[in-house]
Amino acid sequence: MASISLRKLNKTYGALTVVHDIDLEIADKEFIILVGPSGCGKSTTLRMIAGLEEVSGGDLVIGDEVVNDVPSKDRDIAMVFQNYALYPHMTVYKNMAFGLMLRKAPRDEIDRKVMEAAKILDIEHLLNRKPKALSGGQRQRVALGRAMVRNPEVFLLDEPLSNLDAKLRGTMRAEIAKLHKRLGATFIYVTHDQVEAMTMADRIVVMKDGHIQQVDTPQNLYDRPVNMFVAGFIGAPQMNMLPVTILRDGQGFVARFEGQNLPMPGNLDQSRIAAYEGREAVLGIRPENFHEVAPDDIPAEALAQMSAVVELTEPMGSEVHLGLTWAGRPITAKVSPRCKAAEGETLNLLVDMSAAHLFDPKSELSLFSDAPQPRGIAA
Amino acid sequence: MLSQIVSALIVMVVGVFAAAAYFYLTNRILDLALPDTGDVVKASRNLRTRAMIRPWLFLGPAVLLLAIYLVYPVIATLILSFYGRDAQEFVGASNYIWAINDAGFRQSIFNNILWLAVVPAACTFFGLIIAVMTDRLPWGNFAKSLVFMPMAISFVGASVIWKFIYDYRGEGQIQIGILNSIVQYFGGKPEVWLAIPFWNNFFLMVILIWIQTGFAMVILSAALRGIPEETIEAAVIDGASGWQIFWKIMVPQIWGTIATVWTTITILVLKVFDIVLTMTNGQWNTEVLANLMFGWMFQGGGDSGRSAAIAVVLMLAVTPIMIWNIRRANEEMKGR
Repeated sequence: MASISLRKLNKTYGALTVVHDIDLEIADKEFIILVGPSGCGKSTTLRMIAGLEEVSGGDLVIGDEVVNDVPSKDRDIAMVFQNYALYPHMTVYKNMAFGLMLRKAPRDEIDRKVMEAAKILDIEHLLNRKPKALSGGQRQRVALGRAMVRNPEVFLLDEPLSNLDAKLRGTMRAEIAKLHKRLGATFIYVTHDQVEAMTMADRIVVMKDGHIQQVDTPQNLYDRPVNMFVAGFIGAPQMNMLPVTILRDGQGFVARFEGQNLPMPGNLDQSRIAAYEGREAVLGIRPENFHEVAPDDIPAEALAQMSAVVELTEPMGSEVHLGLTWAGRPITAKVSPRCKAAEGETLNLLVDMSAAHLFDPKSELSLFSDAPQPRGIAA
Repeated sequence: MLSQIVSALIVMVVGVFAAAAYFYLTNRILDLALPDTGDVVKASRNLRTRAMIRPWLFLGPAVLLLAIYLVYPVIATLILSFYGRDAQEFVGASNYIWAINDAGFRQSIFNNILWLAVVPAACTFFGLIIAVMTDRLPWGNFAKSLVFMPMAISFVGASVIWKFIYDYRGEGQIQIGILNSIVQYFGGKPEVWLAIPFWNNFFLMVILIWIQTGFAMVILSAALRGIPEETIEAAVIDGASGWQIFWKIMVPQIWGTIATVWTTITILVLKVFDIVLTMTNGQWNTEVLANLMFGWMFQGGGDSGRSAAIAVVLMLAVTPIMIWNIRRANEEMKGR
């Protein structure tokens, strides 16, 4: 059993607090990813779990033992580092066997475990090489192998893919996800890359400035961000944020943006919108919610007409990213490659308002989220 | 005094100016002799020829000086070692045969081996320990500069300092040597430290260790900083103790530097001379090869043949370590 609880976990360096009272429950065998911009405290949190940083306050519980003062080697964890941290003077075999040797495991057991891990990772032919003679991807596998032979309950991975090229990153992503299923261990993974977070995690922890913003499954995080930070951080290109005023329109409501009324369709929580009647709000629209032709599955009343000037086209092959100016505001739209808009042209698009997000302009919190308000973000 | 300073200054200015003029003028002459102009084939041939000649113009003076001051003396010494005391009659290998049978020479060889066994090891060991420990102390840099300071003192100067430490005054007199004062303070009997055979070798070695530990420390400290922090953290997670991290993770990663430091000090130790000359001049069984050679040449020996033979033995002893050291350095450069 390797569930992990962070209870009011704190990390301070002198007067500087880098992790503020973090509460997090990680289930046994869960793949959890800590994500956030640099300096958000995600790596520090991971290093506290690893025992490489002292816990300044609160409790760190692994299994059902408080391990604040338990040395790393007794925590039943293994870690994969960003720069792999292979021992340069040892062969791949010894790199993987080192931890077991220190534990004075019998030689045949070490042999068996190293060979097993090498086979899973497909590095059997490299066992006699030194790290210097390996490519980045191979080093990464060895680093994973070194963690695996110890058979730990918890794997800690600190940006393990950030030194690999884009193509290799894609393959390794899939392999790590597969490895997690195969090993049946708890994985805690730190990254600043939201694509890695979205593709691999059971749950994602979004952090900013030492505070947890939201903990949820990737899809929930995408569909129901609790605040503007999460909304902007998850999803690429970023969600468009527009200042609007909520007005009553007959039975329903509209969001008024630069003299234009955008409908607030019935699938959005009308009672919560009502609370903002006559007030300012921030409207969030993801780039893929702009359409050239009305999609079949969206009712016509949820679609708003808009026209914008094309400033920039970025063909991605499978889609085109358009940099547009809508009523003086820069926005990004994602459309199909069939769209032949040229730069400088005026383009008519439909906005799917049933997928709209609304945020409070002061607290930056979502109007639709029931998630507990993250600490440290409210003004 | 003043005229000496003035002439030294003049020599410096003239020397630097002459060197600059040499490089400038030879360069110009080369460019003029093999110009870029003319037809394309000729110009490109000139370009290639110039590229071949130019390095030699720059290297030339240094190569010439090295030949005069290094290669020629080596060959001359070799030849001298086969001649008699006045370098007049050829005596074959008899200088070497004399050396093998000479008690003083054997004593020197023994002492040199003793120095070789102790000093490089002690300097590297203390240098490494101090480098590791000072890296963790807030006042580490201050401690480091203190340890490094003896490096700035000449061997003779250091010997003078240590003479005061080992100094002995007759019984009943006030001991001004700090070692004897301490011994006396604790109720011991003052000793003539430098005249205790065998052990006095170690008292001399302490001086060189005192001087060279700073060198080892500085180089090893830089190497230690080059060890990736992550490999140490990985070892912590792998369950290594501080001791195991030091011996199994840190030391192997700086092994090349340790070897370089060790061999550099080894070469220095083989040549050790000033300390012995100043402290004991080889008396009380402290003789070493370099001082023996000096004695046979200048201090009443007056025998250039025997002196040269000792010099050749010394050179042969240094050469393999030197070659190994240079190879290592080259290999390490290749890695960059």
